[in-house]
Amino acid sequence: MAFVGAFTRRPDADAKVRGAARYVADLDVPDAWLGGTVRADVARGRLVRIDRDPGFDFTRVVVVTAADIPGRNVVALITDDQPLLAQDAIEHHGEPIALVAAPDRATLLAALAALRPVIAARTPCFDMEASAVVWKRIAIDRGDVDAVWAKAHRVVEGTFHTGSQEQMYIEPQGCVAWPPDRHGVVVVRGSLQCPYYVQKALMAALDLPAERARVVACTVGGGFGGKEDYPSVIACHAALLARAAGRPVKLLFDRHEDLAVTPKRHPCRVWHRTAVAADGTLLAMDIDVRMDGGAYTTLSPVVLSRGVLHATGPYRCANVRVRGAVVATNHVPYGAFRGFGAPQTCFAVERQMDRIATELGMHPVALRRHNALAPGDRTATGQLLDDSVAAHAVLDAVVAETGCARMPWRTQKRGRRRRGFGVSLFWHGAGFTGSGETKLKSRVAAAVLADGRVEVAAAATEIGQGTEAMLRAIAADSLGCGAADVALTEPDTGRAPDSGPTVASRTCMIVGGLVAQACRQLRDRVGGDEARPFRDRAAAFVRDGGDGRVEVEYHAPPGIVWDEANYRGDAYPVYGYGADVVEVEVDVATFAVKVLRFCTAIDVGRAIQPGLVRGQIEGGSLQALGFGHLEVVTTQAGRLRQDRMATCIIPTAVDAPPMRVLLVERPFQHGPFGAKGVGEMPADGGAPALAAAIEDAIGIAVDAVPATPERLLAAWLQTHPEEAL
Amino acid sequence: MIDLRFRVNGEWRSVRVPPLARLLDVLREHLALTGTKEGCGEGECGACTVLVDGAPVNSCLVPACQVADRDVVTIEGAGHESIQEAFADCGGVQCGICTPGMILATRACLAEWTARGEPCTEAGLRRALAGNLCRCTGYGGIIAAALRAHGGAT
Repeated sequence: MAFVGAFTRRPDADAKVRGAARYVADLDVPDAWLGGTVRADVARGRLVRIDRDPGFDFTRVVVVTAADIPGRNVVALITDDQPLLAQDAIEHHGEPIALVAAPDRATLLAALAALRPVIAARTPCFDMEASAVVWKRIAIDRGDVDAVWAKAHRVVEGTFHTGSQEQMYIEPQGCVAWPPDRHGVVVVRGSLQCPYYVQKALMAALDLPAERARVVACTVGGGFGGKEDYPSVIACHAALLARAAGRPVKLLFDRHEDLAVTPKRHPCRVWHRTAVAADGTLLAMDIDVRMDGGAYTTLSPVVLSRGVLHATGPYRCANVRVRGAVVATNHVPYGAFRGFGAPQTCFAVERQMDRIATELGMHPVALRRHNALAPGDRTATGQLLDDSVAAHAVLDAVVAETGCARMPWRTQKRGRRRRGFGVSLFWHGAGFTGSGETKLKSRVAAAVLADGRVEVAAAATEIGQGTEAMLRAIAADSLGCGAADVALTEPDTGRAPDSGPTVASRTCMIVGGLVAQACRQLRDRVGGDEARPFRDRAAAFVRDGGDGRVEVEYHAPPGIVWDEANYRGDAYPVYGYGADVVEVEVDVATFAVKVLRFCTAIDVGRAIQPGLVRGQIEGGSLQALGFGHLEVVTTQAGRLRQDRMATCIIPTAVDAPPMRVLLVERPFQHGPFGAKGVGEMPADGGAPALAAAIEDAIGIAVDAVPATPERLLAAWLQTHPEEAL
Repeated sequence: MIDLRFRVNGEWRSVRVPPLARLLDVLREHLALTGTKEGCGEGECGACTVLVDGAPVNSCLVPACQVADRDVVTIEGAGHESIQEAFADCGGVQCGICTPGMILATRACLAEWTARGEPCTEAGLRRALAGNLCRCTGYGGIIAAALRAHGGAT
C-alpha cells in the first residue's frame, strides 16, 4: 500500500499556485452574453405584472419570464414547490421574477433597471415559532421517557438557539450555459457540487431527456454545502437565457447577489429535558427541535433528519423522545451547510451536558465519559453500534493532550481578562441518512486505457477538499499501480456515471468504496504476474482483446436496515467521532473573546490522505469557531442585514487559533481501507466547546450562538445588574 | 477611454480602457490574466491581490489610471518558486480561489521583512495576511507554508 496513508502533493496544487486553474468566471467563451436576474423587493406578495420602461430598447437584449419556460416551472429537487421564476406568488425577498441576457454589462444593468415588477404585498411570516406551515415533522421514540421523570435524581431543562451561517466560499456562484447544439444537447458548466442534481433540474425545466442535458463541474472555489442545491437554479436560468438568446450566456453572481439569495444554515431552536441519576447516568432525554426552513422546501426535510438523528449526541440513553419540525417562513430558503443540521443539535446537547454537569457538580469530561457510546450500545433509533466506535478514544485523546480533565470548570475567575476552557464530544453519520444511499444506487466506472493507465469515472467534484488525491490513492492501491497510472474523468454527466452528489461526508466512504471495488475487479481481471508493473499487464490485457471496463453499483453493507416510516434502525452505515477542547480569554470590559488554543481529535476510520484530512479538520473547525462567536447572519423584513463581506464576517488568520489535530483511526470494515467520512464532522463541535469555555471564563450561561460581545454583555448584566448604566 | 501603459509581469503592455476601469478587470478581461480572482469586489477578501511596485493591493479597488507607468505583478508572473512550492506541500491550498492573492501577499510581506532584516514570526504573518480571507484551510497550512518559504529563502 503505497499511497493510502501517505503524504502526497495534491494533483491540483500546481495549477492552483500558478493561477492556471480555470474557475467558471475564468472560462473564455466567445460570443457569450451576460445574464442577470430581476428580483422581488418584498418578502411576500402577489406578482401583478412586469412593466417595461418604454425608454429602453428591449430589442438589444433577451428577456425570459415564467411564460418562456418550455418544461416545468420548478426547481426539481425533493418537492416541486419552488418555481424557477415567480408566476404569481412571491414568497421571499430576492425571489427571481425575470431574466435578462445582454451583450455587455452596461446594457445588462440598464435592462434590469427597465424591468419593473409590480407586486401586491402580503403579510409575511418571519417567526418560526409562530409558523403554522410545516415542511417536515420527524419523531424518534425509544423506551418510555414519561415513566422516568418521577424517579430521576434530577431533571434538567434547557433551551438553546443557533443562528444562521453563511458558507462564504470565496468564489461566488455562477454557471455558463450554451444553447442546444445541432444534436439538441444543452451544456452547462459551473461552480457546483452535484452535476447530476443540476442535470435533473435542467431536464425538468427545459423538458430534456438526460442525454441532452450535460452538466460539467469546473474547478470549484469552495462549496461547504452552499453549492449543493442552488446551482440548479443558476444553471436553469442560464440555460433558459442561452436558449432564448441562441448563444452562450454567463450568469455569474457578484458577492452581494450571492449573499442575498443563496441558501445558508438553518436557524434552530432546541429544547432539552433530561433525567439523570446521581452518578450522572442519562435516564431519559426529551428533545424538541425546530428549524426555520424559509420560503420553500428545498433540502430542509433532510437537514432536519440529520439534525434530529444527531440530537442525543454520542451518548447512551434507554429512553429517548425526539420531536423535530422544520417550518415555512418568508425568509430566503435555508439549505445545506457543512454539518447539515447536526451542528445545531450538537450545540444544544453539548450545552445541556454542561448544564447537567453543573447541576450535579460533576466535571464535564467525567459526565461525558460516563455516558459516551461504546461498542454494544444502541442509538435512539435502536441501531446497534458494533464496529468502529470511537467516542471514548477521541475524548481520551484530547484529555491526554490538554490535561483538561484535571482543570476545574466554572470556578470563579477574577481580573479583566479571564480564561476558561470547554470540551465537546460529537459524532457524525457518514454518508446519506437512512435509505438515501440505497435509493441513490451510486455508480462508478473504471476502464483500462490503451496505454495501460486506468481511467476512473465518477461524478464526485473537487471543491477543495481533496477528492482527486483521495480517489487516486484508493484507485492506485486497489489496482497495485502508481498514482500517475490513474486518470480521473472530469465530473461531467456526459462522461461519468452518477456516483451521487458531493455532500454528506460520503465521497470517501461511498464513492471511494466503489472506486476500490471497481479497481479490485479490474486488477483480478487483468491478472498476470504481479511482479510485473500493472500498467504493462493492463495494456497487454486490452491489446489482447480483454474487456477492460468495469462498472459497479452501490449496495448497502449486509445487515444495514432502515425503517423510514418509524425512524428505526440503522440511520447511517457508521459514525465518525470527534472531541474538541477550546481555551479562551474573555475581556470583561469589552466582551471580546480570543480563542487561545484549540485541540481536536477526530476519528475518520482511516485517513486516506492524512495531510488533506488535517486540512479538512482545521478548516471545518475554524468555521465551527466562527459559528460560535464571530459569524452573525440576521435578517430585517426578510432581507439579509449582513449584505456584504465587510459585515458578513468570517475568521481571519488573526482570529484563527493555533490548532492541534489528533487523528484517531478506528477502521470501518465496510469502508475503503477502513475509511469513514471527514468533511462535515469538524463543523459540529467547535461552537459548543467555545460557548463552554466562555461560560467557564466569565460564569454566565451561553445558551445561544454566535456568542457576540453584545449577547455576552446582555447576559452579563442579567447576573450583574449593578453594572448596568 | 485612456491609453494605459504599464508593466505587467516584467513586460510593458498598452491597453485602451475607461480611466476608472478596475485594475482587476483590466488584468482579467483585457490581458486574459485570469489568475487574479474576484471574491467580493469591495476590498474585503483579498482574492484579487496583486503587487503594484512591490506592494500588495486589492486590484478590485484600484482604478486603472493609477497604475500608469507602474510595475504590476500577478500570480502568472510571481516567480519566486519557493513560496508556491511551500503552499503546495504544506496544505496551503484547498479550493485554490484565495491562493493567488495569498501567495502574492505572502511574497510581499516576506520581502519586506527580509529587506528590513526583521524576523518572520507566526504572529506577524497572521497580521500581515489578515486581509486575505481563506474559508477552506483554517490558515494553519498557509502559515506553515509561509514559514517554510521564509526559512528556505534565508
